[in-house]
Amino acid sequence: MTYSYYPGCTLKTKAKDLDFYGRECARALGVELEEIEEWQCCGAVYPVVRDEIATKLSAVRALMAARDEGRELLTLCSACHHVLTRVNHDMLTDPDVRAKANNYLKPQVPYAGETKVVHYLQMLRDEVGFDVLAKAVKNPLKGRKIGAYYGCLLLRPSKVMAFDDPEDPRIIEDFIKALGATPVVYAMRNECCGGYVTLKSEEQSRENVQRIIKNARNHGAEELITACPLCMYNLRKFGDGGMRIEYITELLYEALGLGSVQEPGTGADAGTPADAVCGAGLKS
Amino acid sequence: MRLPEAEIAAVVKQISGSDVKKCMKCGKCSATCPAYGEMRFHPHQFVTMVARGRVDELLKDETVARCLSCFACVERCPRGVEPANVVAAIRVIAEREQGGSNFVPDEVPGLIEADGEIPQQALVSAFRRYRK
Repeated sequence: MTYSYYPGCTLKTKAKDLDFYGRECARALGVELEEIEEWQCCGAVYPVVRDEIATKLSAVRALMAARDEGRELLTLCSACHHVLTRVNHDMLTDPDVRAKANNYLKPQVPYAGETKVVHYLQMLRDEVGFDVLAKAVKNPLKGRKIGAYYGCLLLRPSKVMAFDDPEDPRIIEDFIKALGATPVVYAMRNECCGGYVTLKSEEQSRENVQRIIKNARNHGAEELITACPLCMYNLRKFGDGGMRIEYITELLYEALGLGSVQEPGTGADAGTPADAVCGAGLKS
Repeated sequence: MRLPEAEIAAVVKQISGSDVKKCMKCGKCSATCPAYGEMRFHPHQFVTMVARGRVDELLKDETVARCLSCFACVERCPRGVEPANVVAAIRVIAEREQGGSNFVPDEVPGLIEADGEIPQQALVSAFRRYRK
């Protein structure tokens, strides 16, 4: 199956590992990810208030691009997935947002939320199948005790995200199991890491992360995985270094026997400050 | 010039889409809030104060920026009140006033210099809380 693929700004810069290993693994599993042309940054935060229109337009453009290709729109970054799913829901259910967005963009065919937005993990579960994935594993991660860190953006609000049970999710645990490792369920796997207040209120994020890591460790987790570059940043920055943190795609790459994953900070994600200045979606 | 308090409260209700009158005061939103200790007013207080038309105090409170928009309160509210949306509406109205922004572009070079690993996602997110 071929998906339209929306990488998002951070996967082109600081989270190249999430993107690179995701593409490699998809190829190995027979899934085509075709990056949509001239995509723009989704804005990273869903504009909750109802009178915001302009801040939703880049997401609408991406959704329309997939619609025009007749494909589902696949994302990896939790924030992109959150924004695209919720804006799509608005286009489908809110006549005011739909009318204003279409009036502004004037597409040849008006957009009304037809595109299905799919997260990489959902693709693995529903398209590939975790049973088939388990058979494709060449390097089972036996004996590794891995905690899923969901964070907030994939799960909530569940009414719109419809990703998994918001209080007792299992998709990442099932993924970990398919790779031959042991999933560790812990209470704080769906609590917030402190997100972007990390820039202005570092202590707030630090406290959140330390509570999460302590909780994961108390339940027996020896490493954590995430699909979110900002969770990754916070978990690595404020963790105590004793807990290994990886992207879901790095773990998958290793289990599929495609190669070894480089240590954090030495691989594709080792950017320079200049990368950060270059900003959203401009640098590849 | 700022609108009268009652009119701003009406705007908050409208743009948040939240039916604050449905609140049954169980306090679950504040109990589950990971930013509870960081904010002067807590989620249940936002809901009650907006329902009573008392928004001026909320608009003056800078700790509103500490809300993580993690939607835990939205998910766990048994009445579907969506407190985070009320908090967002207050924050947005404050930001839309001249000088009401919590984030200033001039801060960015210093932040990046201090930590070259800051992901774009964090910067873009922060700019969603920026208005000239």
